[in-house]
Amino acid sequence: MDQSAPPALVEIRGMTKAFPGVQALLGVDLDLRAGEVHAVVGENGAGKSTLMKIVAGVYRPDSGSIRLGGVPILNESPRQALERGISMIHQELNLAPNLSVAENVFLGRAPTRGGLIDWRRLYADVEALADRLGIDLDVRARVDELSVARQQMVEIAKALSLDARVIIMDEPTSALTERETEALFDIIARLKSHGVAVVYISHRLDEIFRVADRVTVLRDGRLVGTLLIAQATQPQLIGMMVGRELTTLFPKESVEIGDPVLEVRHLRRKGALEDISFVLRRHEILGLAGLVGAGRTELVRILFGADQLDGGEILLEGRPVRIRSPRDAIRLGMGFVTEDRKLQGLVLGMNVRENETLASLAQVSRLGFLNLGRERTLAARLVDQLGVRTPSVEQEVANLSGGNQQKVVIAKWLATRARILILDEPTRGIDVGAKAEVHALMSRLASQGVSILMISSELPEILGMSDRILVMRQGRLSGEFTRDQASQEAILACAA
Amino acid sequence: MTVVAAPVPEVRARPAVVPGLGNRFLQRYGTLLILLALCLVFTIIGPWRTTRDACNLWQQVTSLSLVKNGQLCAPVFASQVNILNLVRQVSVIGIVALGEMLVILTGGIDLGVGSIVGFAGVVAATLQRDNAGLLPSVLVPLLLGGATGLVVGTVVTKGNVPPFVATLGVLAGLQGATLVFTNAQPITGLKDDFRTIGTGYVGDIPLPIVIYAVAIVATAVLLGRTSFGRGIYAIGGNESAARLSGIRVDLFKTLVFVISGLGAALGALILTARLNSGQPNSGQGYELDAIASVVIGGTSLSGGRGTVLGTLSGALLIGVLSNGLVLMNVSPYYQPIIKGAIIVGAVLLDQLGRRRRT
Repeated sequence: MDQSAPPALVEIRGMTKAFPGVQALLGVDLDLRAGEVHAVVGENGAGKSTLMKIVAGVYRPDSGSIRLGGVPILNESPRQALERGISMIHQELNLAPNLSVAENVFLGRAPTRGGLIDWRRLYADVEALADRLGIDLDVRARVDELSVARQQMVEIAKALSLDARVIIMDEPTSALTERETEALFDIIARLKSHGVAVVYISHRLDEIFRVADRVTVLRDGRLVGTLLIAQATQPQLIGMMVGRELTTLFPKESVEIGDPVLEVRHLRRKGALEDISFVLRRHEILGLAGLVGAGRTELVRILFGADQLDGGEILLEGRPVRIRSPRDAIRLGMGFVTEDRKLQGLVLGMNVRENETLASLAQVSRLGFLNLGRERTLAARLVDQLGVRTPSVEQEVANLSGGNQQKVVIAKWLATRARILILDEPTRGIDVGAKAEVHALMSRLASQGVSILMISSELPEILGMSDRILVMRQGRLSGEFTRDQASQEAILACAA
Repeated sequence: MTVVAAPVPEVRARPAVVPGLGNRFLQRYGTLLILLALCLVFTIIGPWRTTRDACNLWQQVTSLSLVKNGQLCAPVFASQVNILNLVRQVSVIGIVALGEMLVILTGGIDLGVGSIVGFAGVVAATLQRDNAGLLPSVLVPLLLGGATGLVVGTVVTKGNVPPFVATLGVLAGLQGATLVFTNAQPITGLKDDFRTIGTGYVGDIPLPIVIYAVAIVATAVLLGRTSFGRGIYAIGGNESAARLSGIRVDLFKTLVFVISGLGAALGALILTARLNSGQPNSGQGYELDAIASVVIGGTSLSGGRGTVLGTLSGALLIGVLSNGLVLMNVSPYYQPIIKGAIIVGAVLLDQLGRRRRT
């Protein structure tokens, strides 16, 4: 690394943080210099956001130190970080939507005169800030009337009003158009010239090469390295990001792929999906890769009838079908394991039995009256079949571990005897052992003739489990790979 | 790729798989226990008397005999007459509360039940006065209650109006409609067969209590033994999970309002028959007593959790409280104050119990 470097504004040393079941960070070192744009890259789960949330006072580290201007600090809260000049602009913006731009910038700190807000000075101050950023901002406009890009500028102005010396941007361009992205880059250049250290977290490598001075690569919570952007190449970064051996083994059995079961033609949803066509076959596990926000969840929600399509066709076994509700989808033999099992998959106040049979009540009832004995038998059989670790089927699911909860969600769709199973991030947030069991189960189901459409942001999982892989980018299909053609590098290049 | 099934490690140890059985017991039967305790208190410290005159319990205790002038001293509260009278009084609110509970279990609220009681009551009385006969006098009010629920349910599910607002409209609207309909005058002239609904007996048991008992059993069966009931809990517990599991969320949410309206109308029939008239202001405030019964009974206002036994206990608790305080000659003006304290206290206890659990 270059020797002539100016002293670091922020020095992070040995940063370590564990969440239940995951080592999010392990001994990461990072320097931020005044007036530089420092990109932080890595796969999902590499620890980028965790590291920056520690710097911004959102999380507390297990061990490690941060020095700001040579002085050791520990940010106990986001507020304390702000007071020290460290601002983080999160992916989900933190603005009060029904207040004006000016009020948001000086939220809780508006200049007052005689106890009342001094509006004239407030507006003048915010306009001055906008000038410094070189942007044209209507300071009186209500924030919810602004575009996302504009709202982001309000956040940046807010950071600047707090005399921020470090501004952390987490995926700032994920919701921006190309033009808006350009505008953001101009603002970043201005921030640099004011001596602000900008941390730029992004998946989009081409952007990083345009805007960053240095880049740090994280992988599995560890530091891989920090490079001057002028000396780095894109393939080199991708190699550093994914360069792990497949340590987990995936038990995908190879089976004879059957006939098409589900066919999607030119599917479209305004603002989310454009011209999606693909085929899912019997016995097949079809992986759906892509970055967060590429439209994968939007796509499967339409297939399952949770959202409606604006155009295109869905065919089941060759017949065009209209799926207006999840109920329709279930009747057509589909099952959907959602991304977030607590928000959408489980009824946490219910027990294992009630959750498992929730989608197949007709099977265990007659004329609307439940046969509790039959229900208990079915539930117990599913618990057995999936190896759900629970003292009994009467246990509330809220008391099960993440992996066992996920098995209960899957059991719900085994109970309906779903022929098409949509799995959205099926192993997110569950421990390694349960993960392997879920993978084994997927494989077994596929060999029994179930067709599986699996969304995953973990490339090793996609590569290990899929017979075929589709890649999505910005609402479109951007690539298709067979199991043999696929590699992490190829998929990442297609997705980014 | 080589296929190797990874060894399955032991699942992480979960602390206390059965979290606080005692708490769960309290949560389930807490209201019932408080109810029984209250009954015991009123039995002991309430008035005692022989068939002819009052006893001084202290005198009896010191003389170690419950006999006075050759007659047995007994607690007034625990007498059969008083208990049957108490439960008969509770039955109206109790039935209304059962329907209210279904709505609350889905995460909604029905503020309209009191006004439905008033409106259905004067309609029934008018039909009676005009010699419409028993069957129409029963069916038309029920139909009106159900139809009101259907409208509310449709407005809530299709129009995306919060239940609080939609039923607030019913509360105000039907109250006004009742006044317009009756010109604020009581309606009299009920026939004997209709009055039997409120005054009749099956054996020794007053008919309202029998109707209440049937409603309790029906609600318990519906909640515990039908897929509709399961759906109600699922919707209140996690509406989007319920929808994604193919539960007919909109239909079920509408149906609970229909049942709540039916329950209110049924309560109105009993009330009108007992009062022997259609009172334009009857039913006012019943929504609060119904909600109080449900909440005291341990049903979560956010939905998904609650039992028929709890709601029964809640309604009885309010009834026992009123009855006992009257027996003890406490001014009726104090009753709402005590009721208010009990409502908040019951929910507070429930919250504390839950916090300890998680």
